[in-house]
Amino acid sequence: MVNFMALLSGIVFGLGIILSGMVNPAIVLAFLDLTGNWDSALLWVMSAAVAVGFIAFALAKKRTNSYLGLSMQIPAVTKIDGRLLLGSLVFGVGWGIAGICPGPAVVLAGTGSIDALVFLIAMLLGMGIYQNLQGRG
Amino acid sequence: MYINLDSVPWHAACGGLMIGAAVALLLLFNGRIAGISGIVGGLYRMQKGDIGWRVTFILGLILSVVIWRFFFVLPEIVIETNYTMLALAGFLVGYGTRLGSGCTSGHGVCGISRQSPRSIAATTVFMLAGFITVYLIRHVFTF
Repeated sequence: MVNFMALLSGIVFGLGIILSGMVNPAIVLAFLDLTGNWDSALLWVMSAAVAVGFIAFALAKKRTNSYLGLSMQIPAVTKIDGRLLLGSLVFGVGWGIAGICPGPAVVLAGTGSIDALVFLIAMLLGMGIYQNLQGRG
Repeated sequence: MYINLDSVPWHAACGGLMIGAAVALLLLFNGRIAGISGIVGGLYRMQKGDIGWRVTFILGLILSVVIWRFFFVLPEIVIETNYTMLALAGFLVGYGTRLGSGCTSGHGVCGISRQSPRSIAATTVFMLAGFITVYLIRHVFTF
């Protein structure tokens, strides 16, 4: 059941990425291009997602266990440190180059796009190298 | 103040509601944050009992394309970035999201939903970095 709910969540998430237009890197780049032909779509996507998420987290905060009886794994870290800021900076630069972030990368790869596969493989490599440097610690 | 309803991109807003619904499902049933970089990156730890749900979630993302195609035609997808730059971008996104513990979904959607100052800081930084990068590529170094 846990795996099934994860599958369902992944499907709904992916359909949301396609319907919202965020599967198209050109629309994401148009949002990031403030001085160009600016497209507000990403702002609408995030606002709508946060509106639903806000309710979900309000409900979750009152619980110690999920509906399936698993413990609620909500991050407890609150420190804003160099790692967080540097990592986000590096991510933002990569995001700005191609207009692709991890969710759309997986969905795009699912369309069979070679461009997306190149991006995804490089992304998995980046994650692997991070893990390797980290894993020794 | 009013919003001109004709100017609202309904596809974007409805897609956003679906992403929010997916976040709610994974959170309330599985107790997990729907952050894609965290879900994918967590696979590298190869922890027993922590792999199945990650794999099925990712399968779901891929399956969404198949389901969409069963009913509709995929929207237009335009990628103008060349392979070298795509590989560079992918690497930076992979490494950066792991170092910064999250991406647009984990920090952007989930973090802002739970009003986490850490995620709000992360989202501010990657948005600004994205704005500046696009500005430089499109309007300064037009290579």
